[in-house]
Amino acid sequence: MKLMWFHLMPYTELPEDFRDANPSVWVDIHSTLFDPKRAHHMYNDFMDELEYAAEVGFDAICVNEHHSNGYGLMPSPNLIASALSRRTRDTAICVMGNSLALYNPPTRVAEEFAMIDCISGGRLIAGFPVGTPMDTCYAYGTNPSQLRQRYMEAHDLVVRAWTEKDTFAFNGRFNQQRYVNIWPRPVQNPHPPIWVPGGGSVETWHWCAEMDYVYCYLSYYGYKAGRATMDGFWAEMDRLGKPRNPYQAGFLQFIGVGESRQHAFDLYAEAAEYFYGRCLHVDPKWATPPGYTSEGSQRAGIESQVKKAADSNVRGKSTGERFASVAREMEAIVDNGYVIIGSADEVAEQLREVAVNLNVGHLMLLLQYGNMSKDLTRYNTRLFAEQVIPKLKDLHAGWDDRWWPKPMQARERAEIAAFQPRLAAE
Amino acid sequence: MSEPQTLTIDVNGFSTRVWRLGSGPKLGFLAGFGGLPRWMPVLDELAKSRTLIVPSLPGFPGGDRGHSVLDSHLDWMLAVRELLEKAELAGADLAGSSVGASLALEVAALWPASVRRIAAIAPFGLFDDKDPPTDPWAQRADQVPGLMCADPEIWKAMKSTPEGANSIEWPIEQTRAAEAAARIFWPLGNTRIEKRLGLIKAPVLLLWGENDRIMPRGYAEIFARGIGGETIIKIIPGAGHLAELDKPAEVAKAILDFTA
Repeated sequence: MKLMWFHLMPYTELPEDFRDANPSVWVDIHSTLFDPKRAHHMYNDFMDELEYAAEVGFDAICVNEHHSNGYGLMPSPNLIASALSRRTRDTAICVMGNSLALYNPPTRVAEEFAMIDCISGGRLIAGFPVGTPMDTCYAYGTNPSQLRQRYMEAHDLVVRAWTEKDTFAFNGRFNQQRYVNIWPRPVQNPHPPIWVPGGGSVETWHWCAEMDYVYCYLSYYGYKAGRATMDGFWAEMDRLGKPRNPYQAGFLQFIGVGESRQHAFDLYAEAAEYFYGRCLHVDPKWATPPGYTSEGSQRAGIESQVKKAADSNVRGKSTGERFASVAREMEAIVDNGYVIIGSADEVAEQLREVAVNLNVGHLMLLLQYGNMSKDLTRYNTRLFAEQVIPKLKDLHAGWDDRWWPKPMQARERAEIAAFQPRLAAE
Repeated sequence: MSEPQTLTIDVNGFSTRVWRLGSGPKLGFLAGFGGLPRWMPVLDELAKSRTLIVPSLPGFPGGDRGHSVLDSHLDWMLAVRELLEKAELAGADLAGSSVGASLALEVAALWPASVRRIAAIAPFGLFDDKDPPTDPWAQRADQVPGLMCADPEIWKAMKSTPEGANSIEWPIEQTRAAEAAARIFWPLGNTRIEKRLGLIKAPVLLLWGENDRIMPRGYAEIFARGIGGETIIKIIPGAGHLAELDKPAEVAKAILDFTA
């Protein structure tokens, strides 16, 4: 079982009346809410937290890409990943990931990921999300009617750029490059493992299964809502006669560890309510650019609503409807399974169920969310590392994780230049 | 009023619906934002004295997924030209609304012989920083009807699933219409049509809904200044962006008078 520590890097000082006074946390969030000098501290705290997670034994640290977003301060996760590559030694660096269609030319992604793979000595996990409507179509102005076609083509170009030995011409529908020849090349051969975060679209299940990529469901709505999506992926794997190797799947889950359930409830309520209340306050007008959702997925969504299928709580709902119906009070946040809380034993027990029921070998854990302080983040992270991880490590032991980075041998790797020897998160 | 005839033509391999009704000189009509999922009263009005021909635009209702193979502006221009030729509209008068009006003007600029006179209702294609159009693709669903029509009920009735229609495919077709418009006009609605307006030598009637909440009315003057041929601006009182839906009789009369 792989336990991965994920940071969204939320702006932690959105005002208390944010929901009432602002239309959206995303796309048109007002610039006056952003204080760069406070963000200086946030970024450094967040990077300390990621480094601390590596230090206490998480298998990977994860970053992701968002634009014009008050809960995701990483328009370029590659910048953070490259810094983390220097300050960590053996932990996998998971960039989850680069929205391929946004890069012009997409070989930029091949280059930057190859750089991170070289700097880190082959520790990169290359995430390829399509990207949310807010990030791609609105903040970046990408045409929703072409987004997926551009994504697929960019994927082909990046993989070819990583693997082809000679300079080649790429004659794509949207990208034409006469001379593709990236320097540097990735350490991992043939290339870093490719993981694909999906939102429950039928086509993505099929594509990941066919391409032998890891399918990840990065939902903020927890394991109860995530079940249907992961079941859909495994059903597609079954249909194609592929093995149910749990390491071909990843799942995101919010966590709060304390001494007891009540203790955890009290400790994490503020941060969770900040996240689900302020950070997920997204104007639904940003959620449904026409063409973003494939017609196959629209069809599946409408059919599931028609049938009142058990999964219609999440699937078949537009992003906007999901945002509108989200629970925002701690009681409901916990009841709905958005955040798993409890003592270390209770959290481990619940996560074991999640990992088994969803058949997931990679759990991406959010142990910092909302305005959670550095101290509390560190407490949550340490308790999880010391008391939860050991109880989960044996899970899925019979399976081979073919999608994990294959770094250079430790003895082959560069000595990391000395930096402040004090614990990173202190 | 008799029923329109429904014909099918092939555009880039996609089966495309063409409605035809009436007699007399031909008049083409290209739908506005959202397309024409069903026959609307303005079409009856136009067919009273003309052979009205209504070809579906690629990706719009009746146009299948024709938009999905159109990647560039030139692709769109060639598809619309082929559509007009196969619908037997070459050289005929042409009316269009909103996105369809923009395409009609483009065809007139690039292939002057293909169009006689043009009636353009609040065309897309321009973007003025000081007076930007409303973003039709970033709206809450309940806001759209009131942005498209002065009377939102007209839009709602046009878009609601008819008795007996496929309740799954119908809504997908409506989303597809908005996507097809996005495919050519995303994100600003700006196709830089102003560079080509001077090539239009045909006479152009510019119709604008008095209460257009999508395209600022000032754009009528920009079009009129740019167009190479004679232009007339006419405001339709009480109408919204899709003026032909709000005020079918008034809009049809203006078009018929202009192209008589």
